[in-house]
Amino acid sequence: MELILEGLTKAVSLIYHLDPEVLGITLLSLKVSGTATIISLFLGMSGGVFLALADFPGKRLLISIVNTGMGLPPVVVGLFVTVFLWRNGPFGFLEIMYTPAAMIIAQAIIATPIVTGITVASIQNLPPGLRLQVLALGATRGQMLRILIREARLPLLAAVMAGFGGVISEVGASIMVGGNIKGYTRVLTTATVMETGRGNFDVAIALSIILLALCFGINYFLTRIQQRQRPR
Amino acid sequence: MKRCKFVPLFLTALAMLIWLAVSPSADAAQKNLILATTTSTQDSGLLDVLIPLFEKESGYFVKTIAVGSGQAMAMGKKGEADVLLVHSPDDEKKFMAEGYGMGRRLIMHNDFIIVGPAGDPARIRGAKNSADAFGRIARSGALFLSRGDNSGTHAKEKKLWKAAGIVPDGQKWYQQTGLGMGETLNVAAEKKGYTLTDRGTYLALKKNLGLEILAQGDPLLLNIYHIIEVNPAKWPKVNAAGARAFADFMVSKKTQEVIGGFGADKYGSPLFFPDAGKKPDSLGL
Repeated sequence: MELILEGLTKAVSLIYHLDPEVLGITLLSLKVSGTATIISLFLGMSGGVFLALADFPGKRLLISIVNTGMGLPPVVVGLFVTVFLWRNGPFGFLEIMYTPAAMIIAQAIIATPIVTGITVASIQNLPPGLRLQVLALGATRGQMLRILIREARLPLLAAVMAGFGGVISEVGASIMVGGNIKGYTRVLTTATVMETGRGNFDVAIALSIILLALCFGINYFLTRIQQRQRPR
Repeated sequence: MKRCKFVPLFLTALAMLIWLAVSPSADAAQKNLILATTTSTQDSGLLDVLIPLFEKESGYFVKTIAVGSGQAMAMGKKGEADVLLVHSPDDEKKFMAEGYGMGRRLIMHNDFIIVGPAGDPARIRGAKNSADAFGRIARSGALFLSRGDNSGTHAKEKKLWKAAGIVPDGQKWYQQTGLGMGETLNVAAEKKGYTLTDRGTYLALKKNLGLEILAQGDPLLLNIYHIIEVNPAKWPKVNAAGARAFADFMVSKKTQEVIGGFGADKYGSPLFFPDAGKKPDSLGL
């Protein structure tokens, strides 16, 4: 109990004094996970809309694979990305192992199935006649897609939140492909693991509280957009 | 109208991408140096002091990857690290004999200690030496927590079991955590078990543990750190010049002084003893 209080005090003091190291770690967390989420949104939403609307053999199998991917363990992603990005691996020439770019790639791989899966579900949940009706009213294909996405925007915002929440809180892949390098690839989760190992439990708790506050702030912002636009 | 609300979101996205693109990155390949090392050098905070000194002096950007000594050497064997700072002498000799390393130089030492609950159910306080202490733990069936991760500490532990003539694997009182030293100490504290630890990590965590030093001072418990430059013959992408610069930095007089003074203010005694230039035999090996 005493330890948790110490952690709270430490968190308040770290935030109040704008500790430059903690600030850098927090910004990097936001930067890496934010970019990964945006990439996964582009990939996941286009892929998800396609999967939901197109008809082709093997569609169910593909959707099952995507749904399985929603629970992709970060350490597994981390291991594979590591093997691919190593100097002497197939993509070694890129020389991005142990950089924020490598972390973004790993996190985007984790988040994309989540966004895809939720997109498929939300598009398929629209009233079945809607698409035909829109087309019958003379909309082009592009207009039809836009209307469908607009109609499904509330669950799609949930996809953003789920994707972002999934990657900002993961540690397995980040520590493997980023290496937890001070001032370069150290993010909130990997710093928490390290401070715990160092026995600095107060700092570890403080970092966790900052991470929670950050997640809450971003979800609050997205939820407000979501609820404001709720159709009446 | 509705679409307008997505414009700020899109702009934010764009801004983040640009931010990422222009953010400072140290990716001049020649200047990157990967140091694979053991967790104890990072968890004790020693590298946080030494790395900035080296970076400032040499202009290299050091990527410190803190893993167990076993994994560090595995990275070296695959050419994924340039220079290693490790503490697993037998494996290091093998690593050198197989031609994976170029120079291996002595840097520093401290010692391992056997810690456990203050009640000392296996009565190892009166043990003659560390092998005897391990023997008493085995005979009493008191819980022992092993790292189980091929780290330098794990290698030392296996050596001690061998010296005691005991095969602990599969015994009910022998549990492997597979975690780093800090985590393993925490598990030992929670379960009131014994474990082998380096003194530095123990001192750093002591406050919250409730474990006591029960055996120490045996020459077998010496914990010796070497620096190894990875041989670029096999993996041409290895940054040999950087590795040499870092190894030279570690044995330099100035660095050795920093190592010798590190931790004295916080723990009352230094965590590491600088040994550059000494013969390993003089340490009692």
